Amino acid sequence: MPNILEVHDVVKQYASHRALDGVSLNVPKGSIFGLLGPNGAGKTSLIRIITQITAPDEGYVLLDGERLRPEHIQHIGYLPEERGLYKKMKVGEQLLYLAQLKGLSEREAMEKLKIWFKKFDIKTWWTKSIEDLSKGMQQKIQFVATVMHEPKLIILDEPFSGFDPINANLIKDEILELRDKGTTIIFSTHRMESVEELCDHIALIHKSQVILKGSKKEVKDQFKEHSYSVRYHGTLESLPADFDIISHKIDDEQLNKANIRLIGDASVNALVGNLISQVELVSFHENIPSFNDIFIKAVGGEIPEEMTSLQ
Amino acid sequence: MRNIFLVLKREYLVRVRKKSFIVMTLLTPVLIAAFYGIIIWAAVGSFNNERKTIQVIDESGLFKNKFKSDANTTFEFISGPVASAQRKLKDKEQNLLVFIPSDIMTRPKGLQIYAAKNIGPMQQNRIEKIVQQELRNIKLSQAGITQQVIEEANMNVDAQTFSLNDEGKTQSSSTIAAYVAGYAAAFLLYIFILIYGAGVMQGVMEEKSNRIIEVIISSVKPFHLMMGKILGVAAVGLTQFLLWGILTFGVTTATQTLFGFNRFTATQEVLNKQAEQADPELKKEMEKSQSSTLNTVNRFMESAQSLPLTQIFICFIFYFLGGYLLYSSLYAAIGASVENQQEAGQFTFPIMLPIIASIFFAQLSINQPDGSLAFWTSMIPFTSPVVMMARIPFGVPAWEIALSMVLLVMGFVGTTWLAARIYRIGILMYGKKVNYKELSKWIFYKG
Repeated sequence: MPNILEVHDVVKQYASHRALDGVSLNVPKGSIFGLLGPNGAGKTSLIRIITQITAPDEGYVLLDGERLRPEHIQHIGYLPEERGLYKKMKVGEQLLYLAQLKGLSEREAMEKLKIWFKKFDIKTWWTKSIEDLSKGMQQKIQFVATVMHEPKLIILDEPFSGFDPINANLIKDEILELRDKGTTIIFSTHRMESVEELCDHIALIHKSQVILKGSKKEVKDQFKEHSYSVRYHGTLESLPADFDIISHKIDDEQLNKANIRLIGDASVNALVGNLISQVELVSFHENIPSFNDIFIKAVGGEIPEEMTSLQ
Repeated sequence: MRNIFLVLKREYLVRVRKKSFIVMTLLTPVLIAAFYGIIIWAAVGSFNNERKTIQVIDESGLFKNKFKSDANTTFEFISGPVASAQRKLKDKEQNLLVFIPSDIMTRPKGLQIYAAKNIGPMQQNRIEKIVQQELRNIKLSQAGITQQVIEEANMNVDAQTFSLNDEGKTQSSSTIAAYVAGYAAAFLLYIFILIYGAGVMQGVMEEKSNRIIEVIISSVKPFHLMMGKILGVAAVGLTQFLLWGILTFGVTTATQTLFGFNRFTATQEVLNKQAEQADPELKKEMEKSQSSTLNTVNRFMESAQSLPLTQIFICFIFYFLGGYLLYSSLYAAIGASVENQQEAGQFTFPIMLPIIASIFFAQLSINQPDGSLAFWTSMIPFTSPVVMMARIPFGVPAWEIALSMVLLVMGFVGTTWLAARIYRIGILMYGKKVNYKELSKWIFYKG
């Protein structure tokens, strides 16, 4: 899959601290790319470089294989985390203005907006002032402003903050629809459940550096501990030394529940074989780390045992 | 360029459609017209005042017939103790009592004026003048100068001033008209720069606190956004200025046509009516003063026409734009650096200082339009717009205007550059209290 965006060894130095320190990452075309990291890691600095709000001190960024140029601005849609609109301006006028700043002509902007207003069923809002809309309504307008010029690359910084579940779902569906149409979406967040749900690639930035990147599967494989969750009736006497029982307890349904780790080259089949000879198996599945675990582990050191065992 | 224009257009339309703009634009000419009206009314009305009686107790006996009654005041010589006259004064409120002691010649400070209420400075001045004049006459005649010489020496000097134009012809110059025009232009410019400069700052602060800035700035370069805003507000200023001009002219013309009179003929009519009522003795006196009043008015009108109006107008537009650009870019930089009005205060003060100083320099320069203070302050870009506008009606050499304009252009290019450097960092900076040291660092930040 070709990359729509390539970031090469980008360095950004502010007076006293280095916001980005040799950051490189690739965003494949048509993906939903999770840009993760704790507060202050450098996500916003990187986004500001991609959106050409600031320029990198070192390194460079390619959009569709070309070095960033001012004309690229119209191919990018950006929804910042701290967002706002002109409060006194009418919804329609405001969107027309923002669309024109993105390079659309007034007529093009009008046509595109009509489609969105129909889609979101918000035609009656056209002549309302922003300040007369609820916060959720304003967020919708803001989303329309981000995507109306049909950019190739959309950058959403914490897009679901402030949305009620209904609107959050609406936006989520829109994001998926845009992706299916071939738009690439960079999704900056620290809400891991939405990363789990939407992203197919991620990069984790911590202390100004990329500490983890790749497709969802690659990253998860990297953090897999080869442990399996088993539920069964009966008593598990003992297992060969290849298998380590990390935890054991009796769950609400009076079933035994154990987490077993494979050591070395031990095979899953051997484990299953050992188990069925001793107990009556109810369920068996591999423990796959959640992004939440991965995030905490990568950023904050070891994940507490409790968290893995809950899988 | 397209983006600057888009920002400009939005800025202009939003501001021009604001209720406050419409109200201010419509109301100001009405206020000016009303102000005019009050002046005319006051001028005309003063002739209709009730007559005042001023009683004079002249112990010295020197002032018989020296206080001449006129249309508004009657002087009445009485005798008798001051105390009883004072008691009478209480009953008739309008009257004044003048007491001239017998030793007035040797002790001129002994003159006393009593009133039931306060004594107006005009009245006091008038009475003092009469006494002073008379005392001087007496002294002069004691020194052997005849009454005739004294009268002849009382010449009324009223200079007509001329300025030499380029062709060496004399032109009736217009000190009063130039004074009025210069002061009005300077003051208008001062107000415009202050109001619209602060307007730019408000606009920038609004965008920053709204957080729309980050959305906008991902589509528009900070410099383009800043310039669009500054130029948009300038266009609003020019619109307001032009509308005021048109409306003031319209209202004035309408009023004149509606009431079918011209304010000068009105004044004359009142004067004529006054003259008819007055004693024949006074009539001559009044006609004389009236003709001199009309003369002054006519000369003022004539000289106002001799003012280089086109030049004043063009220079006004130029200096408004130049001065406004110089200051508003600094205001924009402040708006971008702070997060609320209170914080803005500490930074706006040093910017307002030269603006306020310039109106002060303008006042001084009007009295000495060719002095060196006037020259230098009309060259320094921070004061030149206001000071130069005050000087131009008096006639300023072309090279001085040209130099001042070039310096002003350099000045605003400089401040705009400086402001843009601060602006681009400031608009994205939140939660940090800025000071001058911080601001100066921003200037040297890389893109």
